Amino acid sequence: MTSIRVAETPLVLYILRRADDALVLGHRLSEWCGRAPMMEEEMALANMGLDLIGQARALYTYAGEVEAQGHDEDALAYRRDERGYKNLLLVEQGNGDFARTMLRQFLYAAYADPYWRAMTTSRDATLAAIAAKAEKEMAYHLRHSAEWMIRLGDGTAESRARLERALATLWPFTGELFEIDTLDREVIDDGIGVDPDSVRDTWTATVADILARATLTMPADGYMQKGGRNGRHSEHLGHLLTELQYLQRTIPGATW
Amino acid sequence: MSATPDPGEDRRAAAWRIAGAVTDPEIPVLTIADLGVLRDVRVGDGPVEVDITPTYCGCPAMNMIAVEIELALEKAGFGRPKVNTVLQPAWTTDWMSEDGRAKLKDYGIAPPPKGGGRRALFGVDTVPCPQCGSIDTGVIADFGSTACKALWRCNACREPFDYFKCH
Ligand SMILES: [Zn+2]
Repeated sequence: MTSIRVAETPLVLYILRRADDALVLGHRLSEWCGRAPMMEEEMALANMGLDLIGQARALYTYAGEVEAQGHDEDALAYRRDERGYKNLLLVEQGNGDFARTMLRQFLYAAYADPYWRAMTTSRDATLAAIAAKAEKEMAYHLRHSAEWMIRLGDGTAESRARLERALATLWPFTGELFEIDTLDREVIDDGIGVDPDSVRDTWTATVADILARATLTMPADGYMQKGGRNGRHSEHLGHLLTELQYLQRTIPGATW
Repeated sequence: MSATPDPGEDRRAAAWRIAGAVTDPEIPVLTIADLGVLRDVRVGDGPVEVDITPTYCGCPAMNMIAVEIELALEKAGFGRPKVNTVLQPAWTTDWMSEDGRAKLKDYGIAPPPKGGGRRALFGVDTVPCPQCGSIDTGVIADFGSTACKALWRCNACREPFDYFKCH
């Protein structure tokens, strides 16, 4: 099926960027189904994925309403190509091992929790309502993943080494969490969007606190990867979308 | 509760009662009226309109609840209703009625505390055992059998139980 063209006004783009974060991370977590190291984590990973996909659905639906070109949540999820996706590079990185998946969840939740909390006072009533739910869900994800940071970092030599490797791999993707462009700036200045810079101190404090309890050293900020917000992705997203969009691209409009 | 309108009952009240009696497919002891998921029912010249609100963003029960409402109202002679999902004001566990909390507890699920609000990152919850009432309980798994529940255990009576998470 052909890809759709989205009328990317600043507000539509702003909503899509957040929706794509939630869908891509939710899809990544769904890849763990049947593969988790223990039953409790099988449930946890699936439930966290479900929360994120639920957030994505609400955001896509609203983006489609704002765009007013007849695109529903399915059209926006299944019929945009890789360049049309505006998610953070962090959330598209492969699952790797359990340590890397939990670290990715922790780094994102430590950001999304205060971000959505700030969004609850948005002038946009729909975004504020979605944020009121997302905030609580991400607080729960933060707690769960933070507990794992401490258990793995302050655990065995093997779990610690894996978490250290994950930290070195994922840290270069954390700078993008706080990137904005002039389009986002417009939505923020309208009192609708949230400036990620306003949650930077909270994020840094949370990450520093948990890594210290995990007896790990917080990496220094070096070269940071970016581009996801403008559709320039790592090689991982294309593979993810091939899987995610396969059915609708092969049998357009399939339902059951 | 009968699934047909009583003669003389206001048409909107009847539609509300019938829609509100639909149960949560994952916690069949709770109706959507108990849960606070039913937000409004409008009866006019066109189809009956029903507003429901999701509990959790990804709650898979919402689609099923919408279908059950359609079936119940059609069966009661209201024709095919229109079921809308509304997001504001956002649902929290405070929307659950006292009646609903009591039903949950009788069913063996610890109800969420009222006015739970936000806790510290590793804040410790006190969750009384729904079987024996002891507060000597502990969490087994943060994520339970459905998105809205965690799995707990009572150290007094040794029974595991579901806890409807405060949200
Ligand atoms: Zn007990």
